[in-house]
Amino acid sequence: MNSDIDTGNLGTTGNPLRVAIVGSGPSGFYAAEALFKSPLTVRIDMLERLPVPFGLVRYGVAPDHPKLKQPTLVFDKIAQSPGFTFLGNVTVGRDVSLEQLRTTHHAVLFACGAESDRRLDLPNEDLDGSHTATEFVGWYNGHPDYRDRSFDLNQETAIIIGQGNVAIDVARILAKPIDELRSTDMAVHALDALAASRVRDIHIIGRRSPAQASFTFKELRELGDLGGCVTMVSGNDLRLNSASLTELEDKNNFNAAKNVEILQSWTTHCASAAEKRIWFHFLRSPVAIAGRCRLEQITLERNSLAGPPFGQLAQGTGTTRELRCGLLFRSIGYRGLPLPEVPFDPTRGVFPNTAGRIDGTPGLYAAGWIKRGPSGIIGTNRADAVATVQSLLSDLPHLDSRPKSGTEGLYEALAHCNSQVLSYADWRRIDAEEQRRGVVIGKPREKITRVSDMLALAASPPRCSRDRSADEL
Amino acid sequence: MPHIVTDKCQRCRFTDCVTTCPVACFHGDEQMLYIDNVQCVDCGACVSACPVHAIYEQSELPPDKLEWLAINAERAPSLPVIGDKHEPLPTAEARKRELGY
Repeated sequence: MNSDIDTGNLGTTGNPLRVAIVGSGPSGFYAAEALFKSPLTVRIDMLERLPVPFGLVRYGVAPDHPKLKQPTLVFDKIAQSPGFTFLGNVTVGRDVSLEQLRTTHHAVLFACGAESDRRLDLPNEDLDGSHTATEFVGWYNGHPDYRDRSFDLNQETAIIIGQGNVAIDVARILAKPIDELRSTDMAVHALDALAASRVRDIHIIGRRSPAQASFTFKELRELGDLGGCVTMVSGNDLRLNSASLTELEDKNNFNAAKNVEILQSWTTHCASAAEKRIWFHFLRSPVAIAGRCRLEQITLERNSLAGPPFGQLAQGTGTTRELRCGLLFRSIGYRGLPLPEVPFDPTRGVFPNTAGRIDGTPGLYAAGWIKRGPSGIIGTNRADAVATVQSLLSDLPHLDSRPKSGTEGLYEALAHCNSQVLSYADWRRIDAEEQRRGVVIGKPREKITRVSDMLALAASPPRCSRDRSADEL
Repeated sequence: MPHIVTDKCQRCRFTDCVTTCPVACFHGDEQMLYIDNVQCVDCGACVSACPVHAIYEQSELPPDKLEWLAINAERAPSLPVIGDKHEPLPTAEARKRELGY
């Protein structure tokens, strides 16, 4: 092999480093930011399967947490960087192949998140009335894939399996007074349905003890402050074994210690006075889901913990109890989906990688949840994306250094597919329209929830002719 | 509720926090970092990123560190944004041990 590898002039104005980023959520945007911060000349094409950007910041962050949506202001700045192109409504593997992307770009960085759910693997898991938290979250956030789902909110008892922040979000949205949600950007179809909700008792079930619950204490604390709702937990469920007590003594485990402290403060709560009740249950796993035509009850088995501190696993004790319920949300974690031609780890639901380099496929990278699994919050994915970009940049001498056609080549390839490709200017138009529709009803925005409506809006003549000329420049 | 960097950052300045901040709201001088509370979205990602737990949500501030709320608010806006990880101060490891981490 020639030891004198010509790294060429890759990363200069004559031969910009062209990277395709698949996905436009936090990891994708933070990867773009890190690439633009490098001293190289970089061109980025960001492909998004939905017409609109921002992934889970738009469709995952709860509507009543507007501050946590502010990173979109940062993403918007990144999108203004010279050399950035957004291509919405483009699905890799359908509208454009990975092979094509590898021809037009020096590297492909996957930041496509974890779009599916882990399953309980119980019979009857898909009975009417049993849903994933993802469906519910997508529904109330106006995600086009979920906007037509329906949830039987005539039920008085809802059960949430899992104890992460998503479980807390689901419980809070079910419990919160509707008038406090009306001023958020929650989709109007969800507001209407929740306004008629009869859900009164919400049970949150975790297989391990409160010391291992993965929600953050801020989210937990917020449940305790909801109007017209009381949080309930039995002191028995808060008894900790010695390994758990050891875990809580670790200074780096202060979130767990805070969680336990908050839960302990709730043991004296009285259920009778409140309109709605959120019940926490620990050391219990669902072992059966039953119902004739629809969900009627689940069976919970009592667990005990075994193993060393920070390695404790739940084991069934054989003691079971039935809980009648008409509504069930499984919130035990997201998992990534495979893509054609990309290595996939079916156990973890990620693209197997080393420091963001997808195993065995030089030139392919991963960041965010598809890289390390669904953990952490928005900011966690910034550090994660920066690390992947460091790997990519240090691989520069090994990448195919020939000039690539990038955006131009990609548009050429996409001309052969039937999809209408949306630009960032198109998103701006949709964004402005959503905000306009929101303002008239006292909301920050009313999301457009159908892909066809988004496409029509993007295709319609812009109201301001300056908009079009700026778009075309 | 605002997040605040306290004097535990002094002689450390590990700057791990800035890598997890989704809105780049950390500012710094030579001694330590400060949070711009107007920019901060209160996500708390930085709290667990700090190796010496120098960052607190306001309601969690120990009584002897309450003054840092005003100091962050006053100092942050006039100092440059620290958006990328820097080398910790040479005293950082010793300080970390001293703080019991």
